[in-house]
Amino acid sequence: MQKIGVFVCWCGSNIAATVDVAAVAEALGKQPGVVYATDYQYMCSASGQNLIKDAIRDYGLTGVVICACSPRMHEATFRKTISSAGLNPYMLEIANIREQCSWIHKDREEATKKAITMGTAAIAKVQLNTPLTQMKSPVTKRALVIGGGIAGMQTALDIADAGFEVDIVEKKPTIGGKMAQLDKTFPTLDCSSCIVTPKMVDTAANEKITIFSYAEVENVTGFIGNFKATIKQKPRYVDAEKCTGCGLCTTKCPSKKSLNEFNMGLNTRTAIYIPFAQAVPLVATIDPDACIKLKTGKCGLCEKVCEAGAIDYAQKEELIEREYGAVVVATGYNQIKPVQYEEYLYNQSRDVVTSLEFERLMSASGPTAGHLQCPSTGKLPRHIVFIQCVGSRGTACREKPYCSKVCCMYTAKHAMLVKDHYPEVECTVFYIDVRTPGKNFDEFYRRAVEQYGVHYIKGMVGKVEQGDGCLKVQASDLLDNRQLHLEADMVVLAAAIEPDPSARKIGTMLTASMDTNDFFSEAHAKLRPVESPTAGVFLSGMCQGPKDIPETVSQASAAASKVIGVLSKDFLLSNPCIAHSDPTLCNGCSQCQNVCAYGAISYEDQMVVDKGVRETRRVAVVNEAICQGCGACTVTCPSGAMDLKGFASNQIMAEVDAICN
Amino acid sequence: MRDIREKLLKKIHELFDAGVVDRVVGWKAGEFCYDVTPALFNAGNIDEILYDAFCGPNQSKFLVKGAEGGEKKILALLKPCDTYSYNQLITEHRIDPEKIYALGIPCTGMVDINKIRALGISGILGIEEDGENLKIETLYGTESCKKADVLLERCLVCKGKNHVAGDELLIPDEEAPEVPKCAERMTEVEKLEAMSPEERFNWWRSQLSKCIRCNACRNACPACTCRTCVFDNPSSGVSAKVNTNDFEENMFHIIRAFHVAGRCTDCGECSRVCPQNIPLHLLNRKFIKDIDEFYGEYQAGAEPNVRGPLISYTEQDVEPSIVMTRG
Repeated sequence: MQKIGVFVCWCGSNIAATVDVAAVAEALGKQPGVVYATDYQYMCSASGQNLIKDAIRDYGLTGVVICACSPRMHEATFRKTISSAGLNPYMLEIANIREQCSWIHKDREEATKKAITMGTAAIAKVQLNTPLTQMKSPVTKRALVIGGGIAGMQTALDIADAGFEVDIVEKKPTIGGKMAQLDKTFPTLDCSSCIVTPKMVDTAANEKITIFSYAEVENVTGFIGNFKATIKQKPRYVDAEKCTGCGLCTTKCPSKKSLNEFNMGLNTRTAIYIPFAQAVPLVATIDPDACIKLKTGKCGLCEKVCEAGAIDYAQKEELIEREYGAVVVATGYNQIKPVQYEEYLYNQSRDVVTSLEFERLMSASGPTAGHLQCPSTGKLPRHIVFIQCVGSRGTACREKPYCSKVCCMYTAKHAMLVKDHYPEVECTVFYIDVRTPGKNFDEFYRRAVEQYGVHYIKGMVGKVEQGDGCLKVQASDLLDNRQLHLEADMVVLAAAIEPDPSARKIGTMLTASMDTNDFFSEAHAKLRPVESPTAGVFLSGMCQGPKDIPETVSQASAAASKVIGVLSKDFLLSNPCIAHSDPTLCNGCSQCQNVCAYGAISYEDQMVVDKGVRETRRVAVVNEAICQGCGACTVTCPSGAMDLKGFASNQIMAEVDAICN
Repeated sequence: MRDIREKLLKKIHELFDAGVVDRVVGWKAGEFCYDVTPALFNAGNIDEILYDAFCGPNQSKFLVKGAEGGEKKILALLKPCDTYSYNQLITEHRIDPEKIYALGIPCTGMVDINKIRALGISGILGIEEDGENLKIETLYGTESCKKADVLLERCLVCKGKNHVAGDELLIPDEEAPEVPKCAERMTEVEKLEAMSPEERFNWWRSQLSKCIRCNACRNACPACTCRTCVFDNPSSGVSAKVNTNDFEENMFHIIRAFHVAGRCTDCGECSRVCPQNIPLHLLNRKFIKDIDEFYGEYQAGAEPNVRGPLISYTEQDVEPSIVMTRG
């Protein structure tokens, strides 16, 4: 029989306001095996922890039940507490009477009753707890960064700087991400290319960093310290080692009709292409959907002109297996194609563009070499209307509920750049709110209004129509309470940003949780903002939520520091709550092996003595270093051969019985 | 059936003579001609092997132990529906097909002794098929009935005449007689689904309380092949629990249905052997229906070595919230 101590926390008024903590302590004190029960205002505070330690010594406790907040919050804290008083840290059970009780109930009597029931279940479980010991598992000293945009590059550079190897896996033919497509950056108006391309070069030149471009992460297994990833290297049909990036092939390629992704489809590229002049790696890639040779077998011009002999039409997809200690997700974002917003005429008029398309139209490396032109006429626009919050902050199903965060600033930037280059062009911005919380951000916005004379009108555009040689914009001015009918030559839509579609698959692969918008969830919104709830998986950049470049870079470095924290250890202590199989009960059916998401179960022939009979049987064996203790095998095993340490079937049954009786 | 049996015995002799097998799981009658159970035969008593309309028992499970030992392979006689269980046992590594010679034999439907008795026929001495009718020899003379009226539940919803596993067929499936399907498989399940939860609870309580815990269902079930059943393992905590009261005892069947969910081939042995006539197969069929609806049509044992829907994960799997919407 255990000697159990019960400690009921008030959590200030979080629990005590709804649950009669003294009554809970009193009721639980009468449970069999309980030798001490008390309540305290903040059990997690130093004095609360001392209370627990003293009781362990004074009453010779062998098991501890804490009725407090979620074990995700303070289980680790209290394990340390009881451990420092000489108890095995796994002789602890937590009844979550905050999140699962006081926070969700209003009736004090009912909530108190429920808290007592939850405490009773925890007592029933701790009766059957056994001391467990953590094992050590080695750490693979290499990190995987998924995504090679500014977030991924910064994370990789910082990790490499600390002396660890990093692999970047980028699905596009070049690293650089969205930032490489931007013209200027707010609030300093420095050239985006001038700051991102040197970063790309640094990344490629860093001997600790390996870039897998035009590659995707196909699968990830394992756990913190010991991930195994399969990287799919898509065929470029060009030998990256031989290609010099001279670009001669791209001038000869007869297939010229593919939309140029780098320029947001505003112009075309050839089937063999280099995304842009500063691409890293500077290597040509053949688009198999456009290449005449790959589709029909005839052509082969690029092969003829390539002096380096780099063209290889027979190149095949390659699967590369690599091991990592930590994974950083930096999958970034996309701007939505506002095709659903027919009122803005995006589908019908070439002069209605998204802001990222406008960025390319303004860029010196863009399709117009930086000269501002209406896409339909090639003439300088006289009036540009900017529409904010297209698809953001909405309640309709076509809209994102969140603020895309960067639009207010880049729109001010766009308007300012236009006015700077072409003072005669009128710029009007329609907004719901102008949000500029950031260092030097509001000053920047005010400069657009006050110095450059950009018209800011609070109100939304209702309709854009094709007029005679112009676009007719119908909008409301909410401050002036009137309808406006404007003529514009171009309309720029600040379309919402959304997570890259590849994120969902990667989230599933890593068992990293995501929110309803497919942004990755952080382990704690305030205290662990760059960690995923899955140990060893970290978040960098837009994949976690909308953010601008300075914020992305800060988060990237923060994620890197977390990774360095993992990689700098030689060993990690593993969770001892893992599965084990009883060979005398195992019938070898392999169901557990099939459900194991971590590949921790294998089968081997073992000599088994069962009821006095010695025989060789095919039985399940759990690899303790790989098992994550999820328990899927234990509920699949029909004969009950599989069980989970710390969450044994009889412990769960005891809890259920305690609740039901 | 008589000529099929003759052909079968001839074939078995051939296989013994050729040294392919040295024992065979066949059927033998007990005290009465309708008390048929699988039994092990060797070269000396091959001719005692029965094969008539009472040979319903599914042999597959007997191969788990039967295939162990022996110098040569063991001969298994598999009716079309038995081959599903056979495949499932291969999938679960409970039998080694290398140690077995599986002979597919045709079947025209097996009869349910209870249904014959219900017609008022007693003192049964023997049975003979006569076209669509059965000629039944009894102590009181010869009786006759329509075979379709006395078929086993499983045969009413026959999976068809095709064998899905086996080393050889006694006669090719296409030459075997057609087996008429007399009922829709899910009709009874749908009736239960249409009940209110309270009605359904009471209905199952009334059925399951007939249980005498003889364990016949478990012992006959080809999916129940655990070395030690949780109900026989005192340390599992389950065995003692089902003996607590009559409600907990009902849980025996619920737990068993969960254990075989996704693995049950719907062979119907559980209901066939139940001395209390509890329609246990309906529990399993409800699972089958749900699995089909949630994960797409799936027949356990249709092929060997596949991962059933309950032990594989795909991104298209239904979300757990389906439970909230279906109730």
